Amino acid sequence: MDSKNFDMPKETDIAWCPGCGNFPLLTIVKMALLELDIVPEKLVSVSGIGQAGKAPHYYRTHVFNGLHGRALSAATGIKMANPELTVVVESGDGDLYGEGGNHFTHTIRRNPNITALVHNNMVYGLTKGQASPTSEVGMKTPVQVLGVVLEPFNPIASAIALDCSFVARAFVGDVAQTKEIIKKAITHQGFSLVDIFQPCPVFNKQNTYPWFKEKVYYLEETYDTKNRAEAFRRAIESEKLPLGVFYENPDRTNFESQLGNHALPLYKHRVNREVFAEMTREKV
Amino acid sequence: MKSVRDEISIVLGGAAGKGVQTVEGILLSVLKSEGYAVFASKEYMSRVRGGSNSTEIRVASKKPRAYVRAMDICFPFDKAAFEHLKPRISSETIIIADERIVVSGMDYKIIHAPISSIATELGNSLFENTVAAGVVLGILGADISGLEDFLRKRFAAKGDKIIEGNIEAGRQGYKIGEHLAYAENLEIKLSKQESVKGEAMIDGTEAIAMGAVAGGCNFIASYPMSPSTGVLQFLAKESERFGIAVEQAEDEIASINMGLGASFAGARPLVTTSGGGFALMCEGVSLSGMMELPIVIHIAERPGPATGLPTRTEQGDLELALYSGHGEFPRAIFAPGDHEEVLEVTQRAFNMAEKWQSPVFLLSDQYFLDTVATVSNDAFTILPEVRGIIETTKDYRRYEYAENGISPRGVPGYGEGLVVSDSDEHTEDGHLTEDLDTRVRMMDKRMKKLEGLATDALPPVRLGAEKAETVLVGWGSTHGAIAEALEKSGRKDIAYLHFKQVYPFPVGIESWFEGARNIVVVENNYAGQFANLLEKHGAKVSKRILKYTGEPFDVEELVKQIVSL
Repeated sequence: MDSKNFDMPKETDIAWCPGCGNFPLLTIVKMALLELDIVPEKLVSVSGIGQAGKAPHYYRTHVFNGLHGRALSAATGIKMANPELTVVVESGDGDLYGEGGNHFTHTIRRNPNITALVHNNMVYGLTKGQASPTSEVGMKTPVQVLGVVLEPFNPIASAIALDCSFVARAFVGDVAQTKEIIKKAITHQGFSLVDIFQPCPVFNKQNTYPWFKEKVYYLEETYDTKNRAEAFRRAIESEKLPLGVFYENPDRTNFESQLGNHALPLYKHRVNREVFAEMTREKV
Repeated sequence: MKSVRDEISIVLGGAAGKGVQTVEGILLSVLKSEGYAVFASKEYMSRVRGGSNSTEIRVASKKPRAYVRAMDICFPFDKAAFEHLKPRISSETIIIADERIVVSGMDYKIIHAPISSIATELGNSLFENTVAAGVVLGILGADISGLEDFLRKRFAAKGDKIIEGNIEAGRQGYKIGEHLAYAENLEIKLSKQESVKGEAMIDGTEAIAMGAVAGGCNFIASYPMSPSTGVLQFLAKESERFGIAVEQAEDEIASINMGLGASFAGARPLVTTSGGGFALMCEGVSLSGMMELPIVIHIAERPGPATGLPTRTEQGDLELALYSGHGEFPRAIFAPGDHEEVLEVTQRAFNMAEKWQSPVFLLSDQYFLDTVATVSNDAFTILPEVRGIIETTKDYRRYEYAENGISPRGVPGYGEGLVVSDSDEHTEDGHLTEDLDTRVRMMDKRMKKLEGLATDALPPVRLGAEKAETVLVGWGSTHGAIAEALEKSGRKDIAYLHFKQVYPFPVGIESWFEGARNIVVVENNYAGQFANLLEKHGAKVSKRILKYTGEPFDVEELVKQIVSL
């Protein structure tokens, strides 16, 4: 087997439903990683909890499948401890925008060089069909029995407002373009957000493949990804939903390169006895 | 009446930000540099400016290690401080204050010292602090040159005028102090110890942070919360020198999850917090248990519930640490009692976390963190570092079954293997599973580590009688007060066990209580949480001495209690 091969053994039991939007995304992510020449030994796939949170188990790499909502925090810790690793977060809209909303905000501010691939199916899958932060107003669920009344969270607009250094949206119905967007996101130095539309055929009967196909369009070739105001304007469009890279800020320095620690990676770190003795003398 | 003492307590009181700390700093430095054994503790209100706070400095021939209620010298900087300290004034207390702060004619021994007018005459009201320090040093008969040397160093950057002004202020204060000692027939005979001069002087916060550095800590992510924040600040200050990755997280949940991510990648992480912040971390503690990721969690206790008394002290979170995190998994909890012990035990916490791939707790509290003591150089010995990380091979499985429960720990990027960790129940290769036989084998593997942690557990420290019917028991920061009280009580028939590790108990803990008919547990909480734990392990506790006012135990109240046992 090629060491670059991210495929799991054939007998791997995948716990997703037939027709789940996670399947095409899994294939796309593996293709993107291969094309970027990333080796499994240098990649950590981090997730929280949800159907999307299982994704890291389905390709060969280092895996940190932690707590619900906390994937970005764990990923930040991993990156701080060993910046040589490529760190990708894969989790769902409920995980990263709901339970982990605070970390979403502050990780964007912090700007570690990690890529968040958000499986956005606008519904809770693992817990069976409740509203997610991105569910549309009016959508009926076992909890929102009269229909969702909360305004959907707009991750793209929020990220641009926070000057996120890379903001993009993709749709799993378009394998080729989604792969290219993900490759750009992983290559980007700094925090990159890719919000990825994907249908949940079991619990979301309104945001289906045909619905997305009808609703989306790509930002034009001439679109300037450095224009933050225009990016924000596009991000709040609702009649049609743009896909592609909304915004890039290459001027932001990534977080881990600004830390005071230099003995990286940290697993090689040893106590500096001489400096410790020096510190002790200073206290006399 | 001539009063001769071999120990003295000096209490400085005033509003936050108004010089108490400056005077404390001068006194501690000068006295220590002359070879006096000093110890300081603080109590303060939850405000940055104003309020009424106090610092107690003890100077004694024998190294003091606890707070006493008695004030031999009380130095109120303002009227509020006098009112605040009033309940602690006794017939022995000498109050030194400016005339406008404490008026005469009360039933107190009041000595008026023209501190502010001296400062004004010298042309700078900031000199007041130096005058005050001079008065105390004069009373103690300390060498004036020690003060002068200190002031020269302290104000070196401020120019000769400031230096000379301060020195003159110190001299005038000193003369007043000398005169007072003579007039009051106060003879204080404190023997100096040459060894103290060469010792480090640190507070509890520094002891924990330095212990962490010595223990190989190279990562801290935390959220500010009193009284735990000093540890974060110390490590931030030292981050460049020691190569420590530091981040102020957006909340405690982020901080422990960052710590666990870092641990997964091979760091030796610390998180520091207080009870309320720790409550938010509990799910992370459980993740540490499941993923078998080493992490050290410092809980700086303060009185709860909820926001409680943010700047006061308590030992109320033992049970929280003990039972935190859903599900069952092993852990260890340390509760060192003084600065020397903290330096050793904190290192051990990191080593035990690494060895047993488990969450390890360090319990401290506001009282301890704010105490200043001199520490012998031996206490800074760096223990052999326990390292659990291996270079992985292609067939590496993170959770391989192991007799003692310890699966060799690989980290991503070191070796050819892949490291897979899951918060779900998982197979040996780390992938999630719903196979119930695997579940049982994995639970057994993880829980096996508790036996190892017990084998490695630190025994209690025994003081007092060798064998005794009455055994005093304490843990954590009460150590200094109990030890001193037992000695002062004159009760040679009582033994005292101080637990610096409170969980798990070392194997054979029963033998430490052999022959004990009367187990008395002293704790700074309402319920007697450690007493409960002892009883769970079969000990019969006959008395609980508890305090939950938000203050530490003072030596005097414990003497009274011990005498009556």
